[in-house]
Amino acid sequence: MMIASVLELIFNGVAYGIVLFLIACGLSITMGLMGFTNLAHGSIVMFGGYLVVALMKGFGWPFLATIPAAFVVCALVGAGFERLLFRRLYSAGELNQVLLTIGLVFISVAIATYLWGAGQQPLQMPAYLNARLSLGLFEVSSYRLFLLLVGGAMTGLLALVFERSNLGAQVRAAVDNRQMAMSCGINVDRLFTLVFAVGCGIAGTGGALSVNLLGLDPSFPLRYLVFILIVVTVGGSGSIWGTLIAALLLGICDVFSKYYVPEAGAFTIFALAAVILFWHPQGLFGRAAT
Amino acid sequence: MTMVALRSLEPVRLLAERSRWRAAEFVFWSFVVASYFLFPGYLVLISQILIAGLFALSLDLLLGFGGMPSLGHAAFFGLGAYTAGLLGQMGWGEPISGLLLSGIVAGVFGLVCSLFLSRLRTTAFLMVTLTLGLLLREFANRWSGLTGGDDGLSDIALWPLFGVFRFGLSGHTAFWYGLCVTFIVFLLVRRLVHSPVGLALEAMRENERRAVALGISPRLMVIAIFTLSSAIAGLAGALLTQTTSFVALEVLSFERSAGVLIMLVLGGVGTLYGALVGAAVYLVARDVLSALDPVYWYFWLGLIIVMVVLFANDGLVGLSQRLQARAVRRWEAA
Repeated sequence: MMIASVLELIFNGVAYGIVLFLIACGLSITMGLMGFTNLAHGSIVMFGGYLVVALMKGFGWPFLATIPAAFVVCALVGAGFERLLFRRLYSAGELNQVLLTIGLVFISVAIATYLWGAGQQPLQMPAYLNARLSLGLFEVSSYRLFLLLVGGAMTGLLALVFERSNLGAQVRAAVDNRQMAMSCGINVDRLFTLVFAVGCGIAGTGGALSVNLLGLDPSFPLRYLVFILIVVTVGGSGSIWGTLIAALLLGICDVFSKYYVPEAGAFTIFALAAVILFWHPQGLFGRAAT
Repeated sequence: MTMVALRSLEPVRLLAERSRWRAAEFVFWSFVVASYFLFPGYLVLISQILIAGLFALSLDLLLGFGGMPSLGHAAFFGLGAYTAGLLGQMGWGEPISGLLLSGIVAGVFGLVCSLFLSRLRTTAFLMVTLTLGLLLREFANRWSGLTGGDDGLSDIALWPLFGVFRFGLSGHTAFWYGLCVTFIVFLLVRRLVHSPVGLALEAMRENERRAVALGISPRLMVIAIFTLSSAIAGLAGALLTQTTSFVALEVLSFERSAGVLIMLVLGGVGTLYGALVGAAVYLVARDVLSALDPVYWYFWLGLIIVMVVLFANDGLVGLSQRLQARAVRRWEAA
C-alpha cells in the first residue's frame, strides 16, 4: 500500500514535471543562446491553452487535432515577436528585457480577460482521456499517462535533434560561444529566430496539454512565470538536460509536498529553489557567465 | 557626462557641483508641500504616493546607483509592514519607534540576504531576489497564526504622533508624517550618493574590475547598499501600515516588486527624483484607469511599460532633461 502510493505520487510528479519541461525548455534555450530574459514566455503558454479551448468549443475540433495547431500557431506568433520586437533588445541589458516582457505579460492578461473572461476555462476531455487505468500496483488517470507519452516523445525528439542533428550542433555551438560560432559561418541571427519559434511552439504545446492539469485563466502567465523561471534557473539556462532534470525534480517534489505537507503549499518548491540557487547560482548544469 | 566631468574637475569639486541644490529641486518640494492645500480631497492618495516614492527611492539606491536590479524588493517592504503591524497588535503603538524598529528588522534581514547575494550579478541576482520575494510571501501566507494569512492584519492600534496628532481617516497626520519621513530619508540618500561612497558605488556599477583595481571592495559595497536599501524599503512598508492601520498579504506580492520597478523606470533610474515622479504618475494613472475598469488598467500599464522601454529609456526625468537641453540649444542658436 505504502509503495503503491509512493509509486503513484512519483508517476504524477513525473507527468507534472514533463509538462513543466515542455513549458520551460524554449525559454531555457533562448536565454542560453542570446541571454534574453523573456518573462512573457508564460503568455505564449497561455495562448496555446486558449487556442485549444477556442478551437474545441468554437470549431468543434477534436482535442488531439488542436495540439499540433497550438504548436504551429505559437511558433509563428513567437517568430513574429522575435523579428519585430525582441530583436531590438538583445544588447539593451536584462533590466529593459525584463520590463518590456513584463509589460507584454500585463497586456496579454488584459487581452485574455477581455476575450475569454476572468474565470477558469472548463475543458471537456474525450472519454478515453478521462478514465482511470490500473498499472498493476497502482491506478493512474489516463490523462497523465497520455501526458507522459506525448511529453516523453517530444522530449526524446527534442533531445535527438539537439544532440544528433547538424542544427542541434549549431545551437549548442552558439550557446557555448556565440562569437566563435559566428566566425565559423553559423548565421546566429537566423538560428535564433528559428530556435525562438520552436521554443514558443513547444511552449504552446505545453500550454495546450496543461489546460486539463493546471487549469487556465488570464492570470496564468503571472502564476506560472515563477515556476518557469525556477525550472530554467535551477536547471541552468541553455542546458536541455538541466532543464529536464530540474523540471522533473520540481514536479516530483511539488506533488510529494502537496500530498504529505499540504499546509506548506508552494513554500517547499520556493525553498528548494532558493537553496539550490544560493548554493549554485548558475543552476545545476549551467556554466558560469562568460 | 560623468566621465567628461571627471576629467575636467577635481573629485571634490565634482561632488560639490553635483550636490548643489538646484532651483528645480526647490520647486519640486514646494509643490509637494503645496499639494496639501491644492488637493485637500486627495490626501490619502498623496500619502500613498509618498510611501510608494520612498519605496522606489530604496530601489533607486540599489538599481540606479548600485546597478543591481531586484525583482523581489517587496520582501523588505512587506517585512517592514508586518513588523509595524505586529508591534501595533501587540500593544506598542508609538509611531516613530515602531517605524524605526521596522526599518531595522528589514535592514537586518537585508544584511543576511546580502551576504549571499553579494556573489551574484545581473540575471542570477534577478532570479534569486525573485525567489526570495516569493519565498517570503508564501511564508507569510502559510504562517497565518502570526500574519493572518490571506486576511492580513487589522486592528492595529496606533497612538497619536508625539501624543498629539491622531491618525484619522481624513489623512492630515498621515500626509505630514509621510512627507517628513520621506523627505528626511531623501536627504540622507541624496547626501550618500553625492559622497565619496556614492562615487565608489558608481565606479563599481560602471566597471567592476577597474573599481577593484582602485581599491573598492565590491562585496562590501553590495552588502552595505543592499542593507541600507532594504531598511528604507522596510520604513516605507511600516509607513503604509501606520497610515492605513492594515496589512494585506499584497505587500509581499510579486506585483508590488514589479510595480516599484516600473515606477522607478517610468520616472527615471538613478535620478532620485525619478522615484518620486514615477510613483506619482503610476499611482495617479492607476487611480484614473482602474476606475474605468481594472482590466483596462493592466492593458494600459503594459503598454506604458513597453513604450517607456522602447522610446524613453531614461524615464520622465530623463525625458524632461533632454527636452530642456534641446530648448537651451535652440535658445543659444537663436
